[in-house]
Amino acid sequence: MSNEHKEYLKKIKRKNIIIKSFQILIIIFIITIWQLAANKGLINTFISSSPKNIINTILKLYKDKLLFHHIGITFYEVLISFSLGTIFGITIASILWRYQLLYKIIDPYLTILNSMPKVSLGPIIIIIAGAGIKSIIIMALLISFIITIIDVHHYFKETEKNKIKLMKSFKATKRQIFIKLILPSNIKNLINVCKVNIGLTFIGVIMGEFLVSKSGIGYLIMYGSQIFNLNLVMTGIIILCIMASLMYYIIVILEKRINH
Amino acid sequence: MDILKIKNLRKIYHTKKRELLAVDNFSFNLKKGDFVAIVGPSGCGKSTILSVLSDLEKPSSGIIEYDKKLKFGYMLQDDGLFEWRTIYKNCILGLEVQKKLENEKYVNKLLKTYGLLDFKDSYPSNLSGGMRQRVALIRTLATKPDILLLDEPFSALDSQTRLAVSDDVYKIIKKENKSAIMVTHDISEAISMADKVIVLSKRPSIIKKIYDIKLDNKKNPIENRKDKNFAYYYDLIWKDIDYHV
Ligand SMILES: Nc1ncnc2c1ncn2[C@@H]1O[C@H](COP(=O)(O)OP(=O)(O)O)[C@@H](O)[C@H]1O
Ligand SMILES: [Mg+2]
Repeated sequence: MSNEHKEYLKKIKRKNIIIKSFQILIIIFIITIWQLAANKGLINTFISSSPKNIINTILKLYKDKLLFHHIGITFYEVLISFSLGTIFGITIASILWRYQLLYKIIDPYLTILNSMPKVSLGPIIIIIAGAGIKSIIIMALLISFIITIIDVHHYFKETEKNKIKLMKSFKATKRQIFIKLILPSNIKNLINVCKVNIGLTFIGVIMGEFLVSKSGIGYLIMYGSQIFNLNLVMTGIIILCIMASLMYYIIVILEKRINH
Repeated sequence: MDILKIKNLRKIYHTKKRELLAVDNFSFNLKKGDFVAIVGPSGCGKSTILSVLSDLEKPSSGIIEYDKKLKFGYMLQDDGLFEWRTIYKNCILGLEVQKKLENEKYVNKLLKTYGLLDFKDSYPSNLSGGMRQRVALIRTLATKPDILLLDEPFSALDSQTRLAVSDDVYKIIKKENKSAIMVTHDISEAISMADKVIVLSKRPSIIKKIYDIKLDNKKNPIENRKDKNFAYYYDLIWKDIDYHV
């Protein structure tokens, strides 16, 4: 490696360190200001809580053995609805790719279902599936399911025409075209769909927990607001932030694995 | 010996807005071992003829006769390599589809003969345009076709590479002793490679003329361009094609 190149790599490294440092500084800055303002009575901690109160709340939840119980429930609901929504979505998109006529028939219904706010189905879902985890999972699943079908089908349709022609010139069956071309050429797109779905499922689960639940982070937030314990609400929100970024990173790591 | 007979081929495309006569009254016989070029203005129906021959499109009418044991190999303008497959895996794609993996030995031999063995486990993105085109040819040859159908196989390459790759591909086709029909809009390419040049009119394409290319000393495409009869054919064909500015 030439010295010039070493110098260049060093420069990039230095830049990255600066970026990371600033990112960390910003969060430390916000927490410090928040706590200082609370200490000096500049903000009303009853409404805005404070870092110290939040840590105490987390510790209390932990001691009461509730912290990981709630996180676990929410995580479980997200995982189940994410998996079901993504797997069913991709499967149905594949079927619609295979049977174009079917796609043409249900296309307008997909569009309508997609643009309809899924929360409005909440009451019906609760009546059918009961006021429990099942309803939450169905609601979260519905949110990612329809858009997955539409997006994945679109990606499949957009597969390069000349490659399809090439497969056909080898007399490939539809099934072979799907397995050897459509799926592998769309891996990147499918991962992107997963990234979006994690976020959507999270929204669905929290919404579901707001409507019906006796546990989970959404429940914690709802309960906190009902008894005017804003510390609990803030704590819930912070935990959600952490969970969402963790799940996002899991996908990113998976993505890197697949790309190598 | 004629291995392929095409009589009064006609192809009409039907779309919602209109019907479009792409090829009309196309008749031609292909001799074993012949290299035939089809030239004509863009959009006149050249690709359509190859699509019909390789069974990707149904002819509207006409007769196409050949021994059903004969096989066609199709090569497109874009090399169409699958980026997620290694070079080797790309070469055996057709074999996988046709469940003929016993041909793998032949693929190895082709890779070796044509200098690609070292790149077996590389991915297409690591190869130059010319090498990619060679891989595409090996992928087509792997299924052991009798007649190669080449649809503007070099038009995605820049002009210098193009000359070298056409020379390369020509030698491979001759060495493997294949018959070939090549579509191109490049007159020089057609004259320098083919034994026969079919000139098509504007759409709906009908055959304007068929030239038997007789060069004094037929060698490879690059050398052929220096032949004194080259310019003669070029001039004739250029005048036949309805190029409009
Ligand atoms: N699948 C198709 N459906 C309708 N029209 C088509 C189709 N394929 C080609 N055409 C039309 O047929 C004509 C001939 O096309 P093509 O054979 O690709 O021409 P060339 O290869 O000579 O450029 C063009 O006008 C093109 O638009
Ligand atoms: Mg064409």
